[in-house]
Amino acid sequence: MFLKFSPRAMFYGAGGGNDIQWCFSQVKGAVDDDVAEADIISTVEFNHSGELLATGDKGGRVVIFQQEQENKIQSHSRGEYNVYSTFQSHEPEFDYLKSLEIEEKINKIRWLPQKNAAQFLLSTNDKTIKLWKISERDKRPEGYNLKEEDGRFRDPTTVTTLRVPVFRPMDLMVEASPRRIFANAHTYHINSISINSDYETYLSADDLRINLWHLEITDRSFNIVDIKPANMEELTEVITAAEFHPNSCNTFVYSSSKGTIRLCDMRASALCDRHSKLFEEPEDPSNRSFFSEIISSISDVKFSHSGRYMMTRDYLSVKIWDLNMENRPVETYQVHEYLRSKLCSLYENDCIFDKFECCWNGSDSVVMTGSYNNFFRMFDRNTKRDITLEASRENNKPRTVLKPRKVCASGKRKKDEISVDSLDFNKKILHTAWHPKENIIAVATTNNLYIFQDKVN
Amino acid sequence: MSAEVPEAASAEEQKHKVLVGFVQPFILSTLEEMEDKVTSPEKAEEAKLKARYPHLGQKPGGSDFLRKRLQKGQKYFDSGDYNMAKAKMKNKQLPTAAPDKTEVTGDHIPTPQDLPQRKPSLVASKLAG
Repeated sequence: MFLKFSPRAMFYGAGGGNDIQWCFSQVKGAVDDDVAEADIISTVEFNHSGELLATGDKGGRVVIFQQEQENKIQSHSRGEYNVYSTFQSHEPEFDYLKSLEIEEKINKIRWLPQKNAAQFLLSTNDKTIKLWKISERDKRPEGYNLKEEDGRFRDPTTVTTLRVPVFRPMDLMVEASPRRIFANAHTYHINSISINSDYETYLSADDLRINLWHLEITDRSFNIVDIKPANMEELTEVITAAEFHPNSCNTFVYSSSKGTIRLCDMRASALCDRHSKLFEEPEDPSNRSFFSEIISSISDVKFSHSGRYMMTRDYLSVKIWDLNMENRPVETYQVHEYLRSKLCSLYENDCIFDKFECCWNGSDSVVMTGSYNNFFRMFDRNTKRDITLEASRENNKPRTVLKPRKVCASGKRKKDEISVDSLDFNKKILHTAWHPKENIIAVATTNNLYIFQDKVN
Repeated sequence: MSAEVPEAASAEEQKHKVLVGFVQPFILSTLEEMEDKVTSPEKAEEAKLKARYPHLGQKPGGSDFLRKRLQKGQKYFDSGDYNMAKAKMKNKQLPTAAPDKTEVTGDHIPTPQDLPQRKPSLVASKLAG
């Protein structure tokens, strides 16, 4: 597989999150404050080359952006992302038998690596996963013998000569078509999909079960994890996220609402109910409170590109785990510790249940996650420095360097600091994505998509 | 590895025993008292919550909470209730049940306005605009 490394990325991007000066690049979406529910962004994902950026929303729609080819003359910035394709992936459904409303909200999008001219992605809502083919058409056949150009049929008796139809260029058309529909395999709500490194199979996880699929086969799925207790009264934890290892096709992990991560090996048995490794940080029982379990619930788990580490996100922190060490994380970064003294209100307004995602940069040296007030945070694993930035239309000019933000936990507020009580908890950044090779990031606020890049001189 | 040689109880050791047996617990309990007065922010928040909702479930992360999560999207519709509610609506407003964290099933009778409009998005995403 050909890896294309931009020389600029290697020169600037090797540094950490704070050696980089992040600049505003683009913002997509409506300006008005009145947000239609359908426009709420629910997932953001770059493809393997970083050329394409997909978003899914609550209305079941997918929008794909494509990076412009770099303009060699104007090397002020890397190519901009423009709309490439948009389609309705899922529609609302009602399960009459169970009296259950099935939301069309796209929970996750995962790209397949590119094998031919077309692009493929998996998108899922609560119940159904779909494989979409996105293909380009830039030529069309002209000069048929029996058909006019507008499609009308010619009377064969009027044909006196024969010609060979030829392909002529046309305006680029991008078409999305559903190639596979993987349905009826999940009783509970799908929270994750993950493509195996064998590029043939993938897993889908709901609250209690994980299924293994083959990309070509839609009428069959293998259940590989089932944590449903015989008696639902005994239910104590649910699956919150799952991911395949980036290199080992037999290994996957799943996280739980109790803050544990289980690593499973599919070679061990058909049903991986018994984990191979259990990652759990011991808790000080004297610190336990009503909120302990809720804030320990893991909302996202992501392997590093190297496959050596995995990152988990719980309500207040990001933890990096070494796969060789199960008893505690190797690094812990506090995202917004100042919220610990606000847990009561955050429980009452349900914010304590918000599911933040996290992501790695291409070299696994920096991790990023979102917070409230449209803030997002980056942690440099090497320098141990962190930065808080804001996704806001106020810094609209391209190449404007973003100013770091600071939240004042209590007491005297310095100039330019924001007090915890002034934070807008309705402005949450749950979804972020980092370009696989370059320092370009996509940050989703409620209904807008921001693209930032590092300063290029 | 050197063999352990049992030592005769020295004065040092006896002092240590007194410390462990008597003084240390005393110090620890004093520290605990001090800690209670300077409670962790989390415990203070917990106390606040318990004060507002005294009937909050014994098992906070237990089955009630999880079962509610698993039942997301469940809409119980009874046509009899619905029609009776429609008839009653002409006379007075129906009280809507306040969302209660300990309730697992909803008891809000849907009225015509509340039935969700389940139509697919006909409008294109504003991100593509």
